[in-house]
Amino acid sequence: MGKKVELLDVDSEKIMEEVRKAASPPEEVEHWVTIYVMGKPYRVPAGLTIMKALEYAGYRYIRGAGCRAGFCGACATIYRKKGEYRFRTALACQTTVEDEMYLAQIPFVPANKATYDIEKIEPSPTTLLEYYPEIARCVSCNTCTKACPQELDVMYYVQYAIRGDIKKVAELSFDCIQCGLCTLRCPAEIQHYHMAQLARRLYGKHLVKKGKWLDHRLKEIESGMYDKGYEILHKIMEEDLERFREIYINRKRESEEKRIEDPWENIGED
Amino acid sequence: MTLKMIRGYPEYMRESIELVEKTRDERVKNKEKEIELKLSLEEREELLNTYHPDYAPGGKRELQVGVNKGERVPNEVADILEAWPALDPDEVDLNEVDYDVDVLIIGGGGAGTVAALWAYYEGIKPENMLIATKLRHGDANSMMAEGGIQAADRPWDSPVLHYLDVMGGGHFANKHELVKALTMDAPKIIKWHEELGVMYDRDERGNFVERWGGGTSRMRLHSAKDYTGMEIMRVIRDETRNLGVPVLEFSPAVELLTTDEGEIGGAILWNMETKEYIVVRAKSTVLATGGWGRLHIRGFATTNHYGATADGLVMAYRAGARLRDLDSAQYHPTGAAYPEQIVGLLITEKVRAMGATPVNKYGQPFVFPLEPRDVEAAALIRECFGRGNCVETPTGMRGVWLDSPMIEMIQGEGAIHKNLDAMYRMFKRFGIDMTKDPILVFPTLHYQNGGVEINADAQVIRGDGSPYPRFFAGGEVEGGVHGKNRLMGNSLLDYNVFGRRAGISAAKVARNSGKPGKLTLKHVKVFTEEVRRLNVPAERRSPILLPDYRGKRALARKIDLPIID
Repeated sequence: MGKKVELLDVDSEKIMEEVRKAASPPEEVEHWVTIYVMGKPYRVPAGLTIMKALEYAGYRYIRGAGCRAGFCGACATIYRKKGEYRFRTALACQTTVEDEMYLAQIPFVPANKATYDIEKIEPSPTTLLEYYPEIARCVSCNTCTKACPQELDVMYYVQYAIRGDIKKVAELSFDCIQCGLCTLRCPAEIQHYHMAQLARRLYGKHLVKKGKWLDHRLKEIESGMYDKGYEILHKIMEEDLERFREIYINRKRESEEKRIEDPWENIGED
Repeated sequence: MTLKMIRGYPEYMRESIELVEKTRDERVKNKEKEIELKLSLEEREELLNTYHPDYAPGGKRELQVGVNKGERVPNEVADILEAWPALDPDEVDLNEVDYDVDVLIIGGGGAGTVAALWAYYEGIKPENMLIATKLRHGDANSMMAEGGIQAADRPWDSPVLHYLDVMGGGHFANKHELVKALTMDAPKIIKWHEELGVMYDRDERGNFVERWGGGTSRMRLHSAKDYTGMEIMRVIRDETRNLGVPVLEFSPAVELLTTDEGEIGGAILWNMETKEYIVVRAKSTVLATGGWGRLHIRGFATTNHYGATADGLVMAYRAGARLRDLDSAQYHPTGAAYPEQIVGLLITEKVRAMGATPVNKYGQPFVFPLEPRDVEAAALIRECFGRGNCVETPTGMRGVWLDSPMIEMIQGEGAIHKNLDAMYRMFKRFGIDMTKDPILVFPTLHYQNGGVEINADAQVIRGDGSPYPRFFAGGEVEGGVHGKNRLMGNSLLDYNVFGRRAGISAAKVARNSGKPGKLTLKHVKVFTEEVRRLNVPAERRSPILLPDYRGKRALARKIDLPIID
């Protein structure tokens, strides 16, 4: 790579400087809000996420920041708005600050996780109850669902868990980021998110229907049938890169080739 | 002045959205013809040379210290490689060993967790391992990968074709043995995940739903909605918790320990909360510290997690490891450009794989949607900064539209909810409905293509080309697998394949050898002397561990009183 071509009238370096400028936050702040971080007031620019607002105010996270994109659950936050009595929940990295928010972030949730040998346990209607008996204490108050920053139907999946419907639990809990807010708010002290993890693994391992293609491919690899292909390509690459590039460029995309839908269809179980 | 907002967008941006809507039907009808926009190799090179941040001058400099002296790396990377060690070797007592283990794993993301599991399968007892990690177990880019993982397991695909795609995507700079391992192990990894209970998307016959990735010749991207990384990470983490693998959180390694024989014998950890140091001696050490996104190379926003500060590169380089392909950063073509709260966050390539086309402010397509990532990113930068056919946001960010409503027109209603729930949720939180409106995107810093060089056994390579017998690496920290550009779906694969190989190799060495020789930090002192010859400012220390996003106003008034530190 790196064959030089004429740059015409484009100044690449200047373009990169403009990109940098565009990506930096604006210097001037038009609108401000006041937030209360664990009770202390700070004036911060409107429009920031809770996470960026705390940083603007001078906080430097050690705990409480992870992926910063809504996937890890590190920044679970409980807050209240002025004049309200109810607690609200949010992810600090995915929620915009509002004026007069009272904020507290939850650095850690000391929830109990059952341990098990996934090879040994069977997915029966009572498996989830065996490992997480406290789910039977659910009083259907729906607080967990209200607390979920992913807006999952948490109470519903707990109800399915009590009934032993592992598939439903797995599907309804799939988008769980394991922040632990459901468990913290639950009056019945259920460990929803850990229970759901067990349900998903049981489902993925035992209950889902599995096709044959993967195993066929593994057998092929095991038999060494691809070794020659690698060897030939490697040799060409070492000896004649131009030819290798041609092979790469001229390889056909899947849609351009006639596809046999399932050549392994008629292969027996052998 | 407050902007008038209509369904999540300021009124003025709506004018451009209307143009996008006008051309949509026609574009969906002619979707197959987009292939005509595909560039030849020569056109690709011209585009990259002009508009890719790696090629544009001014972003790199030659290293002046260490094994790779004379090689060009991004300025931000040179800054941390040519820095004073954060740790003063004279402040620690190496005679008192706090943890004496068979296998030390530095990094609790995907690669580290996979390494722990395979070290266990290979006979190492959990109590004889230690995972040391900077944030929480699982706080890693592995958790955030949305799109999927590549594996050639369909009858009309082949691991060798996968190999060819990876080589071409990497501009033929990849290391053969690593690409062979990557592509040949891929189906094995999927099988292992299946046995652990990972919930991949499947069709009614139980085979995997597989999609396109940029630069590939087959549909081989396996996914779990758009939470693929999270699904794999939480399953493997659950498994280590079941096994009782000890994990020290908020305790990053800050320096490797070497021996007089030139081996690696463990690491110094630092408890970020109590500020204590911890001495770990290990028969084998696995480096799995991830990449560099939070260095914000060339000022780009990033998709990466909070801890992606390239600590592993710094530590390994000081200890004498060879780095490679660090001149190449991956900019993901589609980061969010609006709203401001989520600028830089990842819009998975799957959005394009499922049919959404990037279009400019006039609603015109300008690039084949599934070029390799570097080419696609350069085309977006050209459209925004070279041609000006972009939309500027109220904060001055520029972007082009990714026409997400096309997805449901092509794949049927409900396709976004079913496959792209994370994306849908992210925009909905800020009032934007991506099933009805396009989303604004711009390239974002995504991946460290190169890193610490390894061989197929995941052994780290020294400056002289020989492998360290007791030192291994897996995941984003290592280099050679992806050459100069990684293809979509190969990072999850990379950390699984080389995390596994690192775990197996580390276990074998630990079982067959005694404790390492006398531990030292001499290499740090030697490196410090090299740094002294440069004009390095006193405050430039590394590893940096965390980026600093504190506001200027607060920092301007910050003082340290010498009573509580």
